Amino acid sequence: MLLSLLIWLPIIGGCSNLLLSERYAAGARYLSLLTVLLSVAISAYLYHGFDLNNGGMQFVEIHTWIPSLMLTYHLGIDGLSLSLILLTVYINLIVILATWSSITHHVRQYFALFLLMQGLMTGIFSACDAILFYMFWEGVLIPMYLVIGLWGGARKAYAAIKFFLYTFLGSVLLLIALIYLAHQAHDFDITHLYHLNLSWPEQCMIFIACFIAFAVKIPMWPLHTWLPDAHTEAPAGGSAILAALMLKAGAYGFLRFMMPILPLACARLSGIMIALSLIAIVYIGLVALAQRDIKRLIAYSSIAHMGFVSLGFFAIYTMTLPKEHATALLALQGASVQMIAHGFSSAALFLGFGMLYERYHTRSISDFGGVANTMPVLAACFLFFIMSSIGLPGTAGFVGECMVLISSVAVSFWVMVVAALTLIIGAVYSLYLFKQVFYGPINNEHVAALVDIGSLDRLVFILLILPVLWFGLYPESLLQLVRPSLEQLLTIAVH
Amino acid sequence: MNLLPFALLALSAPLLGSLLAGFGGRLLGRCASHCLAIGLLAVAWMCSVTLLYQMWYQHAPALDWMGYNWLTSASLHIDFGLLIDRLSVAMMMIVTSISLLVHIYSIGYMHDDPAYQRFFSYMSLFTFAMLILVTANNVIQLFFGWEGVGLVSYLLIGFWFKKPSAALGAYKAFIVNRVGDFGLLLGLALLLYYVGSLNYQPIFAKAAWIAQQHIIFLHGHSVRLVSLICILLFIGAMGKSAQMPLHVWLPESMEGPTPISALIHAATMVTAGVYLVVRMSPLFSGSPVALSVVLVVGATGALLLGLIGLVQNDIKRIIAYSTMSQLGYMMAAAGASAFSAAIFHLISHAFFKALLFLGAGSVILAMHHQQDIRKMGGLRSYLPITYITFLIGSCALVALPPFSGYYSKDAIIEAVHLAPIWGGHYAYICLLLGAFVTALYTFRLFFLTFHGSPRFDIDKEHLPHESPWVVWLPLVLLAVPSVLFGIVHVQEFIYTSPEGWLGQVVYVMPALRNYLSDWISEFHGVFIATAQAVFELPFWFTIAGIMTAWILYLVKPSLRAKYIKPDNLISRILRAKYGFDSFNDSIIVRGVQSLSRLFYHIGDMRLLDEGIVNGSAHRIKQLAQWMRCLQTGYLSYYLFVMALAWVILLATWVGWF
Repeated sequence: MLLSLLIWLPIIGGCSNLLLSERYAAGARYLSLLTVLLSVAISAYLYHGFDLNNGGMQFVEIHTWIPSLMLTYHLGIDGLSLSLILLTVYINLIVILATWSSITHHVRQYFALFLLMQGLMTGIFSACDAILFYMFWEGVLIPMYLVIGLWGGARKAYAAIKFFLYTFLGSVLLLIALIYLAHQAHDFDITHLYHLNLSWPEQCMIFIACFIAFAVKIPMWPLHTWLPDAHTEAPAGGSAILAALMLKAGAYGFLRFMMPILPLACARLSGIMIALSLIAIVYIGLVALAQRDIKRLIAYSSIAHMGFVSLGFFAIYTMTLPKEHATALLALQGASVQMIAHGFSSAALFLGFGMLYERYHTRSISDFGGVANTMPVLAACFLFFIMSSIGLPGTAGFVGECMVLISSVAVSFWVMVVAALTLIIGAVYSLYLFKQVFYGPINNEHVAALVDIGSLDRLVFILLILPVLWFGLYPESLLQLVRPSLEQLLTIAVH
Repeated sequence: MNLLPFALLALSAPLLGSLLAGFGGRLLGRCASHCLAIGLLAVAWMCSVTLLYQMWYQHAPALDWMGYNWLTSASLHIDFGLLIDRLSVAMMMIVTSISLLVHIYSIGYMHDDPAYQRFFSYMSLFTFAMLILVTANNVIQLFFGWEGVGLVSYLLIGFWFKKPSAALGAYKAFIVNRVGDFGLLLGLALLLYYVGSLNYQPIFAKAAWIAQQHIIFLHGHSVRLVSLICILLFIGAMGKSAQMPLHVWLPESMEGPTPISALIHAATMVTAGVYLVVRMSPLFSGSPVALSVVLVVGATGALLLGLIGLVQNDIKRIIAYSTMSQLGYMMAAAGASAFSAAIFHLISHAFFKALLFLGAGSVILAMHHQQDIRKMGGLRSYLPITYITFLIGSCALVALPPFSGYYSKDAIIEAVHLAPIWGGHYAYICLLLGAFVTALYTFRLFFLTFHGSPRFDIDKEHLPHESPWVVWLPLVLLAVPSVLFGIVHVQEFIYTSPEGWLGQVVYVMPALRNYLSDWISEFHGVFIATAQAVFELPFWFTIAGIMTAWILYLVKPSLRAKYIKPDNLISRILRAKYGFDSFNDSIIVRGVQSLSRLFYHIGDMRLLDEGIVNGSAHRIKQLAQWMRCLQTGYLSYYLFVMALAWVILLATWVGWF
């Protein structure tokens, strides 16, 4: 029941938002906040009741849905899903707080769409039925499309349609692959798909279909070009949800579908995947350096960071010896920590820039300069997340990157060397951004007129800083949540 | 006696001070903030004194404390904890002492700064991170401290972020250090992968095993694992300790406030690289190649970076180049396996270099933030205390007996002279010439600043005057160990055994123990050693340097104009700093920029986005437009097509049969 509640409560809350009269914008805000706070309470209860030693599915709900099509309403979570669900609910709370007063038109629709997205994202992470998963997966595109299209920047129409078509086209192949798999297994239950004995050509075809769907979402090079446009044109809250949560859905798809169902294809094609990850880390890092638009720079840095996630996933296929089990687990754990860490830091960077954008409507780096003189608190918070994003020890950003890096030595020394270049490249573009925007003398009268962030925005930052520090200093608290399910995954994925 | 509470208190007190001054600064006000920060730092200092006393006099055993489990992966455990042994206690002592004095000094130096509390908060945070670095019992925690001090260094170089040069200096410092950290993290990863632990004890226990391993480096070619790890770690040390070619950030770091230059960029943070090499001595001792690299890089830097100091005119930059040169001496000592001598020089250097920087700060205050020594001169009558203490610091720096620098530097040069490893002779020559160069630039600075006639506009209303007591007291307190530290402690610290006072903490390659035994056997008590100075080459090189400076800059400045043309080749090379900066700017920075623009504009935008993504959309649109031509809407056209189709079908059918 709890999982259903966590999925449907925000969806119902969102819909009832729309029933409110347009005049009660404040009512919509408080109703949304109440809904999210309830969701936070439910997810906390979920965590409380979660058995940390069990790597299997918990809180399972099965109801018959459409028996003739073998569809069931089947929910369940393991540690990995739970960590992402907690992230979803928490980030949505933060986004609602951060955009509390910055949205002035269509307020109830805006908050309704964010609640909708929260429910659908929770659905993605807790669905155990392939078609149910697919419905949530596609469903979440609609509210995001609307958020970009309605509250976006100057090129919002282009970005929204590009986002929708790109991700939608990717997913169509996924549907075909899922139907084929279910046809083989006579069931859409995801866990039943793990035990199929598929031949190499079958695995290869399904791999390609799934890869396109999930790699678009992560995104992996060369399927990433929708992301800079979507992130840049979306409003701050939309960019935060996109970067913090939606990209994780792609990575989750890798873990939930590709790696356990297609072990042979994953193992044989892991070399290509590692290469693509390295391209994402180095090539995209350099592309980020060429950006003149702050949001585009952060967007490209997201791609580079997600490169570490996919590197961690596919590095494990080179560690087949029993003595390398610990290293393989380290890689998977590192990738999952990287997902959570990137969720916090990218959300914070997008929201932080949103606060700046609210005051001075430009995204161009060269328009800023010396913002730290007028907005010292924002500068300090922004720097904190820049540091987390470039992997400063003590922040969550370091943990994931370091774990994946360390385990990548098992692939090859040179893979590790190339991946470690991110230490330099990431610092170069992130601190360049910080230097140009915040340091230096006050650039123009717009910057001189900036007013520092208020108490609500400070609260937002505190809520983001605390988990980043906590997971940076004590990652074990997160790892013990995901470890059992990753260990199970490892035994299925690498025989 | 349980050492743990003292160690924990020493760590937490500066952190608390930093948090209080940082977050409560506005509430507390200036005085309460600095009192709290200094008081808590004094607590840390007293804890360090207690620990040192226990180690030095009570011979307390080392404490290896397991704190908490940072992360676990199956059989891999990374635990945080503390290692309190002779090396870490010595480092704690020096960090807290210098930091305490610099804190006090900053009350005066930063008096007029609006961000006063933030400054104290950063300095206490730095002290905390540095203590984490030196007390870690594992490499990853060391890396935490390592990056932590890097972060605070970034914040403090950019403290006056309104100045574009400060913002750029901070940026450059962080990036260059990151290049070093890149190496350090790779070394750390190799250690974890091959040893299965990052704690010092298991790593050192397996040092002999690591020394026998090989790793495939390039296709079919293998290298010794231990050499690879040590060189990667040393790249990290090169970044932090400003060794060539990663030294380029340290001169730029002088854009920060002067107390920071004394604390971070002279006495403590930049010595972290030396600490790392000494701490990892069991690994380095397994690799003669790595030791030679350390020796040669250190010695080269000691000479070449000192030479640049000769042509600088900014008082802080001269001392900064001197710091790099002295760090080269420490590295050379570590390379020659004279680890105790390296640490001994680290400590004595911390005292006299902090003294010189703080003295320079006092001069800068008196000169109203003028830093060009060509516009100073004759300051000795205006700043008597600064003058005397600066003289003491200079004598210690150039290694005149009986100042502390003499004992440490002499030991290093002697050890390198005897060291039977590859590059030893080269290093000896570098260090010997370095002694001359050190004396020359130090006394050039000294004479130009304090002697001669004033070269600034004397304004009767605002004559340069001695700084307030909070500024000169630290100078006096630092002058005491700059004189006495060497003569009092050298015997016990260096000459008791081949490993010196550090004893079990460090490990010397068996092949090198003999030479170290010879080296210490030549020492016959501290007084004889002092008197012996006149029979040794380094002493005369130093005297020659001082005399040269005296003649060229004080007695007969006209000789300079006569014999040294300002644009001769050597000074052009030195002024260009061997071209490192222009190489970095024109090749590396430009190259990366063009590459990134190429990737973005050609690779991402034109090929992927315009070409494939939007390109396919355009193709579909074109196709649709072409198809539209068929749908003309004229009935006659459709009828014609229908008839044509029938004919074709019919013809095919007929042809079929």
